[in-house]
Parts: sequence; C-alpha cells; structure tokens
Amino acid sequence: MPNMSPRKVPIPEQPPQVRNKNFSEVSLGYTKEMAMEEAERCLQCKHRPCVAGCPVNVQIPDFIGQVARGDLEGAYQTIKSTNALPAICGRVCPQESQCEQLCIRNRKGAPVGIGRLERFVADYHLQHEGEKSPPPPSGGHKVAVVGSGPAGLSCAGDLAAMGYQVTLFEAFHTAGGVLVYGIPEFRLPKAIVAREIAALSEAGVEVKTNSVIGKSSLVDELFEMGYEAIFIGSGAGLPTFMGIEGESLLGVYSANEYLTRINLMRAYDEGFDTPLRRHKRVAVVGGGNVAMDAARSAKRLGADKVYIVYRRSMTELPARQEEVHHAQEEGVEFLLLNNPVRIIGDENKAVTAMECVRMDLGEPDASGRRRPVEIEGSNFRLEVDSVIMAIGTSPNPLLHRTTPGLEVNKRGCLVVDDGMATTREGVFAGGDAVTGAATVILAMGAGKTAAASIDAYIKEKKR
Amino acid sequence: MYEIVAKRQLNATVTLLEVNAPLIAKKALPGQFIIFRIDEKGERVPLTIADTDPEKGTVTIIFQLVGASTKMLGAMEVGQSIQDFVGPLGVASHLEGIRRACVVGGGVGCAIAYPQAKALHGMGARVDMIAGFRSKDIVILEEEMRAVSDHLFITTDDGSYGEQGFVTNKLESLLDAGNRYDIVIAIGPVVMMKFICGVTHPRGIKTVVSLNPIMIDGTGMCGCCRVTVDGKMRFACVDGPDFDGHLVDFDELISRNSNYKEEEQAHQCRLPGMGGEVHA
Repeated sequence: MPNMSPRKVPIPEQPPQVRNKNFSEVSLGYTKEMAMEEAERCLQCKHRPCVAGCPVNVQIPDFIGQVARGDLEGAYQTIKSTNALPAICGRVCPQESQCEQLCIRNRKGAPVGIGRLERFVADYHLQHEGEKSPPPPSGGHKVAVVGSGPAGLSCAGDLAAMGYQVTLFEAFHTAGGVLVYGIPEFRLPKAIVAREIAALSEAGVEVKTNSVIGKSSLVDELFEMGYEAIFIGSGAGLPTFMGIEGESLLGVYSANEYLTRINLMRAYDEGFDTPLRRHKRVAVVGGGNVAMDAARSAKRLGADKVYIVYRRSMTELPARQEEVHHAQEEGVEFLLLNNPVRIIGDENKAVTAMECVRMDLGEPDASGRRRPVEIEGSNFRLEVDSVIMAIGTSPNPLLHRTTPGLEVNKRGCLVVDDGMATTREGVFAGGDAVTGAATVILAMGAGKTAAASIDAYIKEKKR
Repeated sequence: MYEIVAKRQLNATVTLLEVNAPLIAKKALPGQFIIFRIDEKGERVPLTIADTDPEKGTVTIIFQLVGASTKMLGAMEVGQSIQDFVGPLGVASHLEGIRRACVVGGGVGCAIAYPQAKALHGMGARVDMIAGFRSKDIVILEEEMRAVSDHLFITTDDGSYGEQGFVTNKLESLLDAGNRYDIVIAIGPVVMMKFICGVTHPRGIKTVVSLNPIMIDGTGMCGCCRVTVDGKMRFACVDGPDFDGHLVDFDELISRNSNYKEEEQAHQCRLPGMGGEVHA
C-alpha cells in the first residue's frame, strides 16, 4: 500500500541561523528509514512521466521501487547505469523543473522526493562500498576529454566504461570544474566530487591538471599525440558584466571570481593563502543558482545585509526553488523588480552604494518571460560595500581562437550537431561551452551523448 | 610537481628561478606568463616568463619578493618542487615587422622587458634599451640586456649608477636627439608605464605595455584581471597581458591592484621568519 501523505518526508537540515555561519552541508540527508518511507510515496505508475523529465534517462520508478524494498545497492546500480554522478545530481539537479515536475503525485500535493532519494542511494553506496570491479580492458583507442566539469566527467566515465583509454585535461590545479570552483561546499561537499574523480581514475581515466588546452597544448597537437577523438567540455568562460558605471571599483566581483576565491581557493579558511574581503553589505545582481550561491556565501562570511537584486519577479527567478528557500531562511533579502543603474564609489575607489531603478513587467519577450521595463524616476540608492555580478558568462575563447575549423555562433558557443559533433572532424563538444551557462545535468546529458557519438565515430573509422 | 633546477639571487629582493617544466618551455613565447601555486594552500600567482630553454626543458622566472607567496617562493631551494606551474598563458607579444624598437624596463620589470628585447634582437631589429632602477645595488640583468641590445642605457633615481634620472627622461632625450622608433615597449611599475605613455602619446609613437593585474585562474574565467582599454572592458589573461599603452586606463589599474593591500600585510605578519611575529 503506497504512502499517500501529500507531503515529502522532511529532510533533516542544519538550522538556518546555525548554517548561515558555516560552510558545512545544509542538508543532512535521509536515514534509511526515511528513504524507504518516502519511496513508498511512489505509485509506480505505468506511464512513468518522471523518466521523460530526466536529461540522462534515469529509470526512476525502478530505483525507487528498489529503495522501498530495501535493495539499496540494486537502486544504486539502476541509477548508475545511466547517470555517472548520482551523489552530485541528487544535490544540484533542478528536480522541480525536471523529474519531480512531471511526477503524478505533483498534481495533488508534493511530488515524490526523487532528488533526495537519489542522493540517499548514492551516499549509502559510498558509505558501504565493497570490492571495486577492475577497469574494463582497454581497447587501445585514445580519447582526450578537455575540461573536468560535469560534461567532461560524464563523457570520460562513459568512454572508460566502453574500454577507451581516456585522458581528462583540466586547466585548474584540481579536477571538477564548476563542481569545485563554482558550487559551494555547503551545497555540494568537495569530498564527494573528489570521490567521483577518484572513481574515474580507478576506472582507468588519466587525469591531467594544469593543462590549458588551447594554450599548453593545442587541439591539433592532441591529434598528433594519438588521440583519435577529442571532447571539449570547457564550460562557460568569461563573466558578463552589465556595462554600467563603477564596475571596476574595489568591492565589485564577478560571481565566478567571488566563488572561485571561496570554493576552489578556500579563502574562507584561515589556513589558506588566497585573500578575500569580508564585506558587510553585499548586493548580488542576478537570480540564478550562481547568484544564490554567492549571496549565501557572503552571508556565511559575516555580511550583515545580503541582497539579491533581480530585475524580474519571483515567478521568473531561474534558481532552484530549494536554493531560494534556503537563501530566504538564511536571511538573504530579495529585492525583486529592481535593476542596477550604476555603482558608486568613494575617494579610494571602493564601493559605497549602488543606484537601482524599480522595474515593472511588460509584454512577454523572446524568452517567453515578461519583459522588465524601468519605472521612470523610481531610482534609489542601496547602501552596500560590495556588488557581485551573477548575470551569466560567455564561453571561453581559448579553444576556438586556437583551433582551426571549430565554428562558434554569435554568442561564442561552439556549434554542434545532434550527436554533439563540432564542425571539426573528430572534435565533439557539450555543456556550457555549447549552450552557454546551463545546468550540471544538461552538461552531463551532453557528455553522455557525445561519448556514444565518439564510440560510433571511432568504430566507423576502424572499418 | 615542478622542480627548481637553478636559483640565483639577482639583488636583495629579486630572485631568479629555473623551473623544470618541459611542455611550457617548448611552447612559451615572449610576453606570455605562467601561474604558480606553491602548495595545497597557496594562492595562484601569475608571473611573466623571463626566459626558456626548450632543450633543457626549463622556464626562468624572475620575481620580486613583495607578497607572501613570492616570499615563500623565494625561500625555496634547488631540488625543491612547486606544486603547480601552468602555462604558457596570455597572448604572445606581436613583434613581427618591427625594425627599430626602444624597450624600457623599470626595476624587476626588466626581467620581462629582457625577453622582448632578446626576441627582437634575434629577429634582426635594432634595439635600444633603457633600464631604470632606484639605485646601483638593485641593478639586475645588465649583461644579459647588453647582449641583446644595440645600446643599453641604465638610469638610477639617485645617480649611483648609469645616468641619474628616470627612464622617462632618458626616453625623452633619445627622442629629442632624433632617434626614431617604430615602437616603444614599456614594462615596469604601472606608474612608470603611464608616464612613458605620457612621453610617447603626444609624439605619436606606438607604445605597448605589459599589464600585471591581480588574477586567479588566468584562463578567462574569473574576470578579476579586467582592465579598461579604449573605454572597453578587457581581460588581461586572455586578451593581454600586452595592450596599446595609449588606450589603457592606468589609474584604474593602480587602484584595482591595491585591493588586497591590507590582507596582504596581515598575511605576511603571520609568516614565520618574514619580519613579523605571529599575532594571537
């Protein structure tokens, strides 16, 4: 008999006023009993709408059924057969707009907590890991994967499982891409990312850090070294600024810089050398997950006031619901329908305030969202000593500038076909380098598709 | 890990290291830089490449002991290894087609001006070099610079060596004496580069400067190294570090480079044996 409660089994979390002062993970995860109780809420419906909502096609009702029966390792294997990084996806996927949105229980009450269950299953597996199976025998074909974020990790994982000899190139000193430099510890513990990378190494993937492809080695040189195909998952690159007055003042950061200092360089930790200003009043411009991450980090670093300044309303705010909810609980204030006009500094060129204008929503624009329009004369001054711009990025230019035959579109994104093949033979791409800033799971889906295409490409070449 | 294979103290606060990094040594061109990180807890710090030996597989860096990380790096010895050493980053200097150049270096900036002069000299260009220092005791790379220039002029602020005065005075007098250059390449403190541009701009002499903003990744990701050039935001790591000096907003760069002064001082106080006690 299914559990007909209209609500998800609550998940234990650190209390808001405790966690907004530390960088430990917010959510503590289900116990086995909680997970089995939540799994009972799944109706095991015949048409399985949730599966269609998953970019990597996880067989959701199957794994949830296994959890309900207490077969947790079986559940893990079910997820793992299509999703290379379950512990990560369970934490960072926007389930409410994917699998859970389509859940039949969502029509009346809350959907099944698919994300929480995925996370539980992955964590349980990592805690109870037994003997590892040896890597599959290598077929001797070499593939280079450029970038070790979600797209690269999923592509490398799939290729290694197919018996390819994979080298994963990472520009930074630590592998993981946005999972280590972007997403904060309190949302995705770095130990989990490190474990996934270690698992790839055990599966035979060679990880090379400090390798900036396009600079330290060119794509053409990778071919000369004997790589038969190359996957580019170099991610979103250059941060976007608004182009308003005052963006070079001291105290203005791109979210990438702010989060990299904190997450990758661990600037919040006294034992590390990278400096970070402890600002008292912080405005974060933007409404995505990155904006939430920056705002919640600023709070944890001791800011008294942290504002999200977003030009549309809560309905259009693109961040995951859970992040918005967590941010509000932690004391982040949302200044919606507001847009920055200029940033004001003192004689030392340090930020003292940001001038904003109030907005109204007009007719829908090309994105289908209602276009924000300025309310004339509604300008006001927001007293802040720091402004963090979290309004997106454009793809890194290093690879296409140095790789003949690699085409990009107007926005600088690599052009690919349905199978993620670029305009250059043998070169495939996926993730933010192709789509512009998007989600972890979409990047993983692209990496997966590319791995299948690379396999087909190399097999075709052999014939 | 990247092993230090040679070390030379060029003056009391400037150190030269040769680091074993064969891939970078093979690839690096004048004007490009590396980023180093000493250990697991270190910062990422950019340094322009001073020289390479592709056959030995070594990269030479020359740096002033100014911040915590450069002091720790300077304290390392031959045989020890640096955790991370990545590059070559940035766009190489465009030196093709230059026939007459004046290369101006200021202080430790001479370490970066030198490879430019060397490359130009190697390409058959006529190179005058002006190297400025505060005083005689901090003059570096004199022989190296002399070997790659047609004329080397050394200036010191206090007149204790070479000609007394600033590099700007020397450049002005060379120009007034009728010397003509296709290009002036100025590398040194931001203020020096700014004043060199003040000399060359009214005379319409193309001037290239090498900028040194604060960076983290060095690959076009964090935006920390943004500089305003010709009124537009540019990123020194992927668009530079060389820029047309007449278009650079130097005052903004000076201000941005001062961002972590307080943190840097507080940090250095905590370094053992670096002139400060450990504060409770």
